[in-house]
Formats: sequence, structure tokens, C-alpha cells
Amino acid sequence: MGLALMKEKDNNVSETLVTIHDLHFSWDGGREIFAGVNLEIPKGKITAIMGPSGTGKTTLLRMIGGQLRPVSGSVNVQGVEIPELNRKELYQARRRMGMLFQSGALLTDLSVFENIAFPIREHYDFPESMIRDIVLLKLELVGLRGARDLMPSELSGGMARRVALARAIVLDPNLMMYDEPFTGLDPVTLGTIVSLIKKINSSLSMTSIVVSHDIHETFSIADYVCILSEGKVAATGSPEELLNSDSEFVQQFVNGKPDGPMPFHFPAQSLVSDIMNGDSGC
Amino acid sequence: MLSSFMNFLQMIGAYILGSLADLGKSSLFLGQVLLGIKDTLLRPKLLIKELYSVGVLSLLIIVFSAIFVGMVLSLLGYVTLVDFGAESSLGVLVSLSLIRELGPVLAALLFSGRAGSALTAEIGLMKATEQLASMEMMAVDPIRRIVTPRFMAGFISLPLLTIIFMALGIYAGYLVGSVWLGVDEGSYWSQMQNKVEFQHDIVNGIIKSVVFGFVVTWIAVYQGYSAMPTSEGVSRATTNSVVYSALAVLALDFVLTAMMFIN
Repeated sequence: MGLALMKEKDNNVSETLVTIHDLHFSWDGGREIFAGVNLEIPKGKITAIMGPSGTGKTTLLRMIGGQLRPVSGSVNVQGVEIPELNRKELYQARRRMGMLFQSGALLTDLSVFENIAFPIREHYDFPESMIRDIVLLKLELVGLRGARDLMPSELSGGMARRVALARAIVLDPNLMMYDEPFTGLDPVTLGTIVSLIKKINSSLSMTSIVVSHDIHETFSIADYVCILSEGKVAATGSPEELLNSDSEFVQQFVNGKPDGPMPFHFPAQSLVSDIMNGDSGC
Repeated sequence: MLSSFMNFLQMIGAYILGSLADLGKSSLFLGQVLLGIKDTLLRPKLLIKELYSVGVLSLLIIVFSAIFVGMVLSLLGYVTLVDFGAESSLGVLVSLSLIRELGPVLAALLFSGRAGSALTAEIGLMKATEQLASMEMMAVDPIRRIVTPRFMAGFISLPLLTIIFMALGIYAGYLVGSVWLGVDEGSYWSQMQNKVEFQHDIVNGIIKSVVFGFVVTWIAVYQGYSAMPTSEGVSRATTNSVVYSALAVLALDFVLTAMMFIN
């Protein structure tokens, strides 16, 4: 499956927010992470980017956010070609984006309240009373209004992620990116985060991109799913379409089968020649 | 044999190219840091906070070291000078040693160990825990928000700490020389007053500390910002910060001394 024209599969969607075309990327000229990725993210929907570990899911998010530049290809967000922006324009474009990092990435020397107020204080000259109202509303949304005075070191993993979520949406971005939001959470917190992503996307009219390899949780909220493998888009479609797909690869991935077309081994020469050569490489 | 030699040459070439690339990167980084100075001056609260953690918290080690260095210098100076009946010049020996050389150099070395390493570790850990990346995604430039205030704080703090080091060292030398060993108090201070020149000695000593402050803090923030985002990477960056700072201070000290004090 080549170009993922997801929007064509949904008559209700008329616009594409992110368009990625023929994207190539490798780290310092080494192994190619992306070898011609084509992808369109429809506006107002939750799109999941999935795939085995090491396929470049987080790297793709960083390219959309302009933290990494591709070797070649196009990353267009809301009509703006991200890799071509200068520093100032990039920071301007990022004001319309939010990102939830896997670790939360809260500023450890600031309280929960100050963490969420941080982007507002940096960008706007609002009166203190207004900042307080905005922060408390966002904290209420994630259920942590009572934890406003705690420091990040006093929060559990799930709480930290909810605070980070509140901070990511405090400037009301059009595009929200979630990097592995479900990893390492207990079942209750996991359920909370899943419902929060859904709720925030609909109530704030955002477009969300969720990078994850948790099939069950991701499929429960995603409108569309894109599976990456070996530097390319291997499959796209709605969760139902992928669950019912005939593709051996898709079935292996969604059902977590150990055997199938997905390679278990990292590319290497054959075991026999490796051993016979006798060079340990250590 | 030939291939080993070629490998050796390749290694040297790669090392030199790597070092030059690193120097280029650190210079570009410095340019970005300096461009953020205006923003930092417009937000003095950030600078004051960093002045406290970089400067005020380094006071203890500076004060203790200055006292002991001054005392040892005075004691050894007295032992040598008394044989020639020149103990009245003890004040000159202590003050010139501290103002021209020991004050700027030792304060810079102590500063790199206490504040420089802390700056590197702090920025490196912020990178490893994605705090810097999250700032970028919040459209906040981490260089202007995190690095520049710390750089300025280090640059401002070290000369002030050096002046404190010099003053305390001289006073500690007085306590040992005059109060304990009996050197005439008037000779200690008056000879110092006669021989120490404001422009030639004190200003040059402070210029040294300004240069050291610039270089040590630059190395510290660059090492932190370019650290590999792993625990090993942060550890290596912190070690590099202290080692490179010490080498830079000692090498620059020789160059500056030659420029300032050789007629």
C-alpha cells in the first residue's frame, strides 16, 4: 500500500492537516529510517502511527514538529513546509502544535501549576488572574486541579503524564502529537489517558496523532491507523479495516504473532559466515 | 606495517577533523547564546536566580580556599624571607601572588569544579529527560531560556568571586604573617600599598578572571547542551567540562601572563 489517502475514505473529512510526501531520512548517512514515506493526516481526527519498535514512529513525530530535518521529501503542516522554515518561523509554527512526550518531560524545578503556566508566561503578557484561570481549567480537564502545588517529583507516572497533557494543550493547539502515551501505565491510568485523548480531541476540535504500539488502546480511539515498517507505510485504514485485513503483515502485527513477514532479526550477514569469519567485532 | 601506519594517520586525521568540527559547533553555539543576552537582560529574575545558584552557592568553597591559600602563602613566604631579613616584604609577596596569579587561576579552577560541573550536569540531564525538547515544542528556545541566563551568571560571578578570593587571601596572609608570626603590621600593609599597582596588577588580575569566567562557563554550557542524552553521556560531559576547563584556564593563564606582565 503506497500513498495513504485516508481522507478519501471518509466523506465527512474535507481537509488534510499534515501531508508527508516521499520522506527519506537516515541518521548520519547510516541505516535508512524512512525510504519514501507518504502519508496524509486528516483534520479533526485521531490518526495512529503504529509499527514495531525502531521503525521511526517517534522520529516521524519529530519531523512533523521540525525537531529533525529529512534528508529529502516534504513535511507539510497546515500548508507550511516545515523543513524549509527558518528558526523564527519554526517557533511560530510550533505555537499551533502540542506534543506529549513519553516521559512527560515536565520541568523539574517548577510546580505543576507553573509547568502548565510556563508556555503562557513565555508567549503572552496575560494578567496573573487570567493565567490562573486558564491553568485551573486545563488542570480540571485532566482531573488534577487539586495537585496544582505539587512538584513533578511528587507525582506518579500517570499523574505526570496528565500534567504534561494539560501543559501541551494550554495554548489550544490545532495539532496534538502523542508519543507513546500508554507506555508504563497501570490499567486505571491507562483508561483515563485513553478517554482524555478522545475527549480533548473532540472538545477542543483538534487533530491528533498518536504514536503507539499498544493495539487495543490505540484502536479503541483512533479514526485511522497507519502502520510503518522497514521505512515505508506498510498499511493504512480504519481500525476495523486493519483488523479484518487479509494482509499477513497486518495480521501478524495486530494479533502480535511471533512468526510472519515481520523480520525478527536486525539486518546482518548469515550466522554461519559471521561465526566462521571469527571476528568478534568487540 | 604500512597499513598500520595508514590506520594511525587516519586516526590522527579523524581526531583533528572531529576536534575542528566540535570547535565550529561550539562557536556557533556561543553565537546563539550571545544573541540571547538581550532577552535575559529584559528578564532579570531569571538572571538573579542563576546568579544565586552559580555564584552565591560557590561562595563557601571560594572563601575556605582563599583563607587557606592565603595562610599557606604567608607562612611559606615568611619562612623564606626571614632568612634574608626581608620579612617586611611579606605583604607584597602575598598580595602580588594572589592578585596576579593564584586568585584568578585557583578561583577559576574551583569554579569549574563547583559551578561548571553543576551547569553541565543540569543542562545535560534536562536534555536526557527531554525537558529541552519539550521546550522547543512549546516554541520556547531552550538556548535563550536555559543556557544564556546560566552563561551570563557564570560570566558575572567568577570575577566577583575572584575579587573575594584575593581580598580574603590577603587578609588571611596578614593574620598568619602579622598576628601570628609577628611581622610588623605597618610594613605588611604599607609595602603592599606601595608595590601593588591598580592598573598593572589589580585590573590585569580581574581581566584574567573575566576571560576565565567566559571560557569556563562556555565550556560548561556547551558540554551540557551537546551531551549524549544518556546517563553515561551526561557523566562524560561533566568530566569533560571540568577537564577542558582546567586545561583551558592553565593554558590561557600562561598566554595572558605573558601578555600582561612581560615588558
